[in-house]
Amino acid sequence: MAEVVLKNIKKAFGDVAVIKGVDLNIKDREFVVFVGPSGCGKSTLLRMIAGLESISDGELSIDGQKVNDLSPAERGIAMVFQTYALYPHMTVRDNMGFSLRLAKVPKDEIDRKVNEAARILKLDPLLDRKPKALSGGQRQRVAIGRAIVRNPKVFLFDEPLSNLDAALRVQMRIEIARMHSDFNATMIYVTHDQVEAMTMADKIVVLQGGVVEQVGSPLELYHHPRNRFVAGFIGSPTMNFLDVPVTAIAPQGVTVALPGGSALLVPVKAGGCQVGDKLTLGIRPEHLLEGGGDGGLTSEALMVERLGGSTYAYVRLDDGTMLTAEVDGNSRIRTKDRIQLGIQGGTCHLFGTDGLALEQIERHPLADMNRDHPGAH
Amino acid sequence: MTTLAPTHPATKPARKNREVDTRPLLWPSIAVLFLWMIVPLAMTLYFSVIRYNLLSPDLTGFVGLENYAFLFDDPALWTSLWNTLVLVGSVLIITVVFGTLFAVLYNQEFPGRGVARLLVIAPFFVMPTVSALVWKNMMMHPVYGLIAWLQSLLGIQPTDWFSNYPMLAVIIIIAWQWVPFAFLILLTAIQSLDTEQKEAARIDGAGPLAMFFYITLPHLSRAISVVIMIETIFLLTIFAEIYVTTAGGPGTATTNLAWLIYSVGLLQFDVGYASAGGIIAVVLANIVAIFLVRTVSRNLQQA
Repeated sequence: MAEVVLKNIKKAFGDVAVIKGVDLNIKDREFVVFVGPSGCGKSTLLRMIAGLESISDGELSIDGQKVNDLSPAERGIAMVFQTYALYPHMTVRDNMGFSLRLAKVPKDEIDRKVNEAARILKLDPLLDRKPKALSGGQRQRVAIGRAIVRNPKVFLFDEPLSNLDAALRVQMRIEIARMHSDFNATMIYVTHDQVEAMTMADKIVVLQGGVVEQVGSPLELYHHPRNRFVAGFIGSPTMNFLDVPVTAIAPQGVTVALPGGSALLVPVKAGGCQVGDKLTLGIRPEHLLEGGGDGGLTSEALMVERLGGSTYAYVRLDDGTMLTAEVDGNSRIRTKDRIQLGIQGGTCHLFGTDGLALEQIERHPLADMNRDHPGAH
Repeated sequence: MTTLAPTHPATKPARKNREVDTRPLLWPSIAVLFLWMIVPLAMTLYFSVIRYNLLSPDLTGFVGLENYAFLFDDPALWTSLWNTLVLVGSVLIITVVFGTLFAVLYNQEFPGRGVARLLVIAPFFVMPTVSALVWKNMMMHPVYGLIAWLQSLLGIQPTDWFSNYPMLAVIIIIAWQWVPFAFLILLTAIQSLDTEQKEAARIDGAGPLAMFFYITLPHLSRAISVVIMIETIFLLTIFAEIYVTTAGGPGTATTNLAWLIYSVGLLQFDVGYASAGGIIAVVLANIVAIFLVRTVSRNLQQA
């Protein structure tokens, strides 16, 4: 039951500015994911919301109350750490009940709340064990249980799944998503894992160098990246970029000349650009088609990785540009083959010299779709 | 294992070749240990059952347990055992309490922390006789001592520490020497405390006191048990400080077991009697050691 509002939040360690003015509105019951490369400030921002780092400038409010100077315990938040940070000398029961014990809650009420959280997380048989005797996934559950027991307004997660193996990560991802819909709580989640961000988030916040690059739903970021950084950061393998000159401007879009000579109409608003300008064409590997398409590129395959369902081909154009193409798993491409790659203008992005994307004429139908949470929004 | 063996017959001889008998390699150390420990122990045992007084060399011969009988009748033995207990116990309590407090304090960030840490550790580098002399002549001396001077500033009659509170004075000196040891071990232990754990506790609402009692102290428990074990072994044989300051007195007020053995053997020259005392000390030390080693190994197994 809480919205979190950040107004021009700044953080500096000495002279080094780490967070350079972040404005963000996180709605009640929203699942927000902070993503960005290492050192972008996403963890620092989360720790500032938690109260573990002081706020150098700006205003942070949770549930309408300014919390800049409140201690972590008074903010009504709970945090799950990357290393779980369980207390090794306490049993699972004591770990989960620690905050209530400090708050002088009566013992039978602590027991009731701990048992309830344990039931939700299926930790009942483990309550009297020490953290040492638990597996990684179980420890993670206890850490989440410790957060649930506090009944916080906001859950904070700091890369909670990065210490788990791949299979467990998928399982816990689903559990956290389910927990979000069960508890109807506001959640803020930091990760560097794109899949986690895309699958769990209502809203993704992309950070770089202490600045918010873009805020939006996962598919909005995918289909309508605001700039070259977001376009390159969201999506895997990363987007291909080609330098292209503008050859014609029309109401239906901007026509550019591809390397090799063919023309491609990209349905974007021209904005201020003119014929002859150099733009950057962005095309995702999964949108490069083997054979057909509006425009074509001739290339030589340097490396082919077969994943079974799909195949990544690392190719070189005749002018030396390197591209990655994701083609069908049944493709017969082999190293040193010459292949023809097709492009559809509708799947492409154009970026000006300032790195900003030219606005698409039509919004993608899924870009503004909210995720389906019963009771949310 | 038994079911696997027939399916892998080829691995067996290979394993046998690798199993070199390593026991002979231990023999040199065992031999040195034997010379170092068993021979003196055997000699002490032998001396403790014969009549052997350097002042009357003509009186010799096997006396059985007579030395022990005299010893157990001697009220000085029981006084010295009690004094040893008081000394070891008090010093342990003081060093662990102050060591922990200093470790917590000097784990905080503040300017000049490196120098401050060095100063806390410094007493450990002063040899026991020197530090005891410094305390005796410069700190606790009733006329020239720093404490007497401070007392005179406040208009209080200076205390003659070694006459009026001899045991307390000795405890203070020894504790001063051993706090750095506890501090060093506990500081390294406190540094290994996970910062995320402390942050989790802060979010759970732990203030500084709750943090100390619920997070820091449990984290230090194993290091504290190590400090107690190592210090006990050294404190049972405290001698130099007593020799320099009180010489076991006044009367037997600061006579511990080590001093008792020394005074009987090398002041009264009754080697047989002193050897019997030595054997008592060995037995006591071993009783303590058994308990301590068991505690520590239980702690290590939990890790």
